[in-house]
Amino acid sequence: MAFYDGLFNAFGLKEWCGEAASSAPMSMAELLAKSSGKETKGEFFPFPSLDNLNESCPGIIQSRDVTKGIENGFLAAKPGLKAVLDPITQPLSWLLDGALWLFATTPWFIMVPILVLVSWFASRSKQVTSFVFASIMMMGLVDHYDVAMQTLSIIFVCTTISVLFGVPVGIAMSKSDRLQKSVVPFLDLLQTLPTFVYLIPLIFLFSVTESKLYGIAIILYAIVPVIRLTDLGIRLVDKDVIEAADAFGMNDHQKLMRVQLPLALPNIMAGVNQTIMMSLAMVVIASLVSAPGLGVNVLRGIRNLELGVGIVAGIGIVLLAVILDRVSKAALKRVDMTDVKH
Amino acid sequence: MVEPMVRMRGLYKIFGARGKDVLHHVQGGMGKEELLARHGHVLGLNNINVDMQAGEITVVMGLSGSGKSTLIRHLNRLIEPTVGEIVVQGEDVMGLSENGLRKARQEKMSMVFQKFALLPHKTILKNAGMPLSVRGHDEATCDKEATKWLDRVGLSGYENHYPAQLSGGMQQRVGIARALTANTDIMLMDEAFSALDPLIRTDMQNLLLELQKELHKTIIFITHDLDEALKLADHLVILKDGAVVQQGEPQGILLNPCDPYIEDFVSDINRARVLRVRSVMSAVSEADIAGEVDADKSLEDLITLSDGDTNHIYRVTDNGETVGQIDMKDLVRALVPRASSSASAAR
Ligand SMILES: Nc1ncnc2c1ncn2[C@@H]1O[C@H](COP(=O)(O)OP(=O)(O)OP(=O)(O)O)[C@@H](O)[C@H]1O
Ligand SMILES: [Mg+2]
Repeated sequence: MAFYDGLFNAFGLKEWCGEAASSAPMSMAELLAKSSGKETKGEFFPFPSLDNLNESCPGIIQSRDVTKGIENGFLAAKPGLKAVLDPITQPLSWLLDGALWLFATTPWFIMVPILVLVSWFASRSKQVTSFVFASIMMMGLVDHYDVAMQTLSIIFVCTTISVLFGVPVGIAMSKSDRLQKSVVPFLDLLQTLPTFVYLIPLIFLFSVTESKLYGIAIILYAIVPVIRLTDLGIRLVDKDVIEAADAFGMNDHQKLMRVQLPLALPNIMAGVNQTIMMSLAMVVIASLVSAPGLGVNVLRGIRNLELGVGIVAGIGIVLLAVILDRVSKAALKRVDMTDVKH
Repeated sequence: MVEPMVRMRGLYKIFGARGKDVLHHVQGGMGKEELLARHGHVLGLNNINVDMQAGEITVVMGLSGSGKSTLIRHLNRLIEPTVGEIVVQGEDVMGLSENGLRKARQEKMSMVFQKFALLPHKTILKNAGMPLSVRGHDEATCDKEATKWLDRVGLSGYENHYPAQLSGGMQQRVGIARALTANTDIMLMDEAFSALDPLIRTDMQNLLLELQKELHKTIIFITHDLDEALKLADHLVILKDGAVVQQGEPQGILLNPCDPYIEDFVSDINRARVLRVRSVMSAVSEADIAGEVDADKSLEDLITLSDGDTNHIYRVTDNGETVGQIDMKDLVRALVPRASSSASAAR
């Protein structure tokens, strides 16, 4: 006799519940109890959970029916979603694969100078540039050059796409309070979701062999700061300067290109910096779903308890993080005209 | 009578969501404080009727919050009026389409701001050339005009600097150069010199007067400083709580303040330096003439001339012609605010 029997009797719901034992297979606990020969002794006051209620009233579903239902729902929606999402996201796979191929096939003696030059043009700082050079050489020395380049190429693609989509969204948000109000909850959601949780619906939708799976996970996670800071940056542009732009008869396009974007650039660059850093964080986690790169070695270190492998890859990630951060921060500082005294 | 450059008629501005609905309260005589307390709306402008003549400097003066900035921003519709008529160069500003308004802002009116409002990421040259480049002129034209006006305001050599590298006074010179490059008939200046220290400020006032002598723009200048107002104004408009308390020729306002608010305003001023002989003189009558004085000299000059002796009468001349005479006793009376009002009333 289960705890909630009395309750259903009192409300005269016996009929509706049905007497027959549920056709659902027995739960593990029940099975164990049965095999040990003991009658399951109910708690004094069990929580009115679905499973406990089901014991008294088989008409009520069990918790595992809920999980099953959700799964079935997902599976039912999958073909439709896939038909829409697959073609849209396919270019992402191509881009990622292309970038991976490009970074891998370019010989190191060409790639390293290119990277050094890029850091020089972005930062114009000897210190930063020489640090970049030393770090890459060090990673190469312990044979981590290839994996580091894989990670870098994924970050490169994902950051570029995040900026390409994030900046226009941010601009649109800054122009419309309504849009801002409706987008912000999504951004909050994307930032508060633990990174693992992203992966679950994505695994359902795409096969693990496709690069877009981790590409989407990374972009969803990393696009948030660039959207937020573009929106904020444009909203924070000095009202007096905007007024001057209006007073001299600029149209909306001129105002955006000549005043708002240039003055918001420091904030946008800060957003890009964060986007890069978050891409890096996510690309490591995405090694769980077959993203290549340094993350794979970290994962190997964890799975096989290969401490050395994990630590070397970890240090590689730290170096990469510092490089990306330094270079993008230096670039940010360079574009911030407001506090420059030449 | 000549058509004024700018005409404002029955202009009201009430800040708040239901400005139009509470308008009748204001038209029925409700004041700024009562409107705020009872209806939660801020009275910005209250029945403004002002004409601004071509080629003159019209100074709008008032304490902080009296609605000066609101008034000037109605001319180019940076702020939309609740109701009223604004006519600039014979054209109804309220009837302009979006494009028409933009064109008017580009070609009719330029503006100088209290906080300069320069583009920090552009050089001085590009900042000054901005109004022309907005209109779509090519870079060479913009640079040429900008260079010319930068030179005129005394900034040649700084073309490739950035605003942050310049002092406040220099930045405002750029602001003025920018407005001049726009080559508009009307210049709106919202407390253009208020952020500058006194010496630089005097410099800038002189620069403005000098430019004006040559260019004859229609300038609407806003200030909360009476000395500045008296120095620059051809026509003075005094605002209080969004309404015009008195307007007219500055010397006239000084001698005949029509309101205690204005009396307060003018009581601190060095009248001897500001008042002109012309404003205090009387008609010619037979008397002992001790000497001659130019009508545009200040009372201070005359006191120096007379060596402080109040028993003389001077002949007032304008370009060599006699236009009146001035009794030193009238002069002394004019130096005392109240006395001068009654004296001129008696005359
Ligand atoms: N956007 C606005 N919304 C509500 N009230 C406003 C707004 N702009 C101005 N006001 C109000 O209108 C009144 C006039 O403001 P305005 O800025 O024209 O004053 P001002 O004479 O220029 O003062 P200051 O010398 O401080 O610049 C003030 O009471 C102000 O609070
Ligand atoms: Mg103001």
